[in-house]
Amino acid sequence: MKYFYFALLLAPTAGLTANAPPQVSAQRFVDLQQGSANFAGFRRAHAKGICVSGEFRANGKLADYSKASLFRNGTTPFTGRLSIAGNNPTAPDLKSPVRSLALSFTLSRTEQWRLAMNTPPVMAVADPHTFYQQIKAIQAGPAAVKQFFTEHPESNEFLAWAGQYQPTGSFAAETYHSINAFYLVNANGKQHAVRWAMQPTVSVAATDLHGDDALQQEITARVAAKPVVFDWVFTLAEPMDDENNPTKAWPDSRQQISAGQIVLTGTTAQLEGDCHAINFDPLLLPSGIAATADPILRARSAAYAESYRRRAKEQLHGALAGSNNE
Amino acid sequence: MRLFHWGMAALVVSMLAAGLLMVTSLQPWQYTLLNAHKAFGVIAIILVMARLINRLRHKLPALPSELSDGQKWVAKASHWLLYGLLFAMPLSGYLMQYFAGRPVAVFDWFRLPAALQVDIYNYALFRELHGWLAIALIGVIALHVGAALHHHFVRKDNVLKSML
Ligand code: HEM
Ligand code: HEM
Repeated sequence: MKYFYFALLLAPTAGLTANAPPQVSAQRFVDLQQGSANFAGFRRAHAKGICVSGEFRANGKLADYSKASLFRNGTTPFTGRLSIAGNNPTAPDLKSPVRSLALSFTLSRTEQWRLAMNTPPVMAVADPHTFYQQIKAIQAGPAAVKQFFTEHPESNEFLAWAGQYQPTGSFAAETYHSINAFYLVNANGKQHAVRWAMQPTVSVAATDLHGDDALQQEITARVAAKPVVFDWVFTLAEPMDDENNPTKAWPDSRQQISAGQIVLTGTTAQLEGDCHAINFDPLLLPSGIAATADPILRARSAAYAESYRRRAKEQLHGALAGSNNE
Repeated sequence: MRLFHWGMAALVVSMLAAGLLMVTSLQPWQYTLLNAHKAFGVIAIILVMARLINRLRHKLPALPSELSDGQKWVAKASHWLLYGLLFAMPLSGYLMQYFAGRPVAVFDWFRLPAALQVDIYNYALFRELHGWLAIALIGVIALHVGAALHHHFVRKDNVLKSML
């Protein structure tokens, strides 16, 4: 019996083989993301963004797979956010290698759903501790990045994508991927692993873009003229697909179902909009969607909570200081 | 009464340990532990209310008569402080989730409502409060345990035995 307890104590360290990266806490991860710069009140990642509003028009085709109410034929409004990766809320739009779309659906007082999606279809690494090393390599410069990728063959699919990816001239013309897989759960309790993508319905060449806020200005003018539409396409896993490994895409032959259209009808600067206050935590799920055990997905929720706590506290301090001056 | 006391003690200590552990972790079990923390936290608030009602309806065994009035006052005040914290702790946890727009799922049984519109200031207030209350609770529990041991080993009276 004594040995059993002893084994329990040692169990957490058993994962630490010679090659495994050191285990990182949520605080250390977010420290690395925020870096030495301090932009009080802003997100520690994807700090620069613009609020969007609109609605999801469901065609009902996913309703047999998930009991979440928004997949039934009909429309559901959302608050969203278009952003670029990075810790700087004033960074130049065109310098960021990653563009993002986040959505928040309030289905009822007891059912909400937050989604955060990026342009790459896969991650370069499969766990947060290795991701920490990747970010450190990026911060150290090209030689370190090269070294990192030679030591991490799991990055191959990501690198192949990055090699052929051409940034477009608009947030409206990008494809945004869930990257991590989730389970759809239907009314009978049957679950099915899926990934999804928001696919653009326009193509826009990257010409005629100027200034630090080029993408924000472009999307503001575009939405003001006409709603921007994406198709919300789900890819269904087969039993041999690994839903817990975000570095591997599933074969193109997998069944795809378009659940309907995401329609953007409004934009607002983030400091004036609703989206700034929201934590787009991908594990805030309604009944009918469930989390996979993907270590990246699980770590995201914990890291977003730490970033959210920091910026919320700063915003509260700012508001209190502001009201004292009045 | 005793079952209640020791059951509650085990629950609260586990809640504190789970809370402190999960807020630093990026491991896959963090999400599982957090969901359990919230569900058991909701159960805790129901138990605290039941216990308060129970306490108000029944007379407690008297404190040992050789205690001075001052000591009795400290004993009573610290007990009410403990009840207050046991109530404020899960309440602040729930309100933090409420204002962040996060419905709290109590296992698969039911979900508690959340605000339709996120209020980041109130989230920040109750998030920080939840952390500060936890520190205060750990302090009061340490005092409470210290006092019980003091009764048993130093004063050698019946106070701890009456709870076993
Ligand atoms: C372990 C991996 C990851 C970590 C630690 C991480 C960390 C973070 C953090 C700390 C934030 C700021 C949260 C806030 O304050 O609200 C953030 C935002 C964001 N992340 Fe991640 N992230 C990870 C992976 C991903 C992946 C795989 C995706 C895409 C599928 C993604 C998409 C986004 C988006 C779109 C936002 C901005 C959401 C918004 O507009 O508020 N992240 N991330
Ligand atoms: C007896 C009741 C409870 C105790 C003793 C307790 C204790 C704790 C502790 C010690 C922490 C870590 C605090 C920190 O590091 O600042 C924590 C975090 C947390 N608690 Fe509780 N808690 C209780 C009830 C609840 C309830 C009822 C909820 C929600 C329904 C809740 C939600 C949370 C959340 C969401 C966090 C983590 C927040 C984050 O990651 O930012 N707690 N709790």
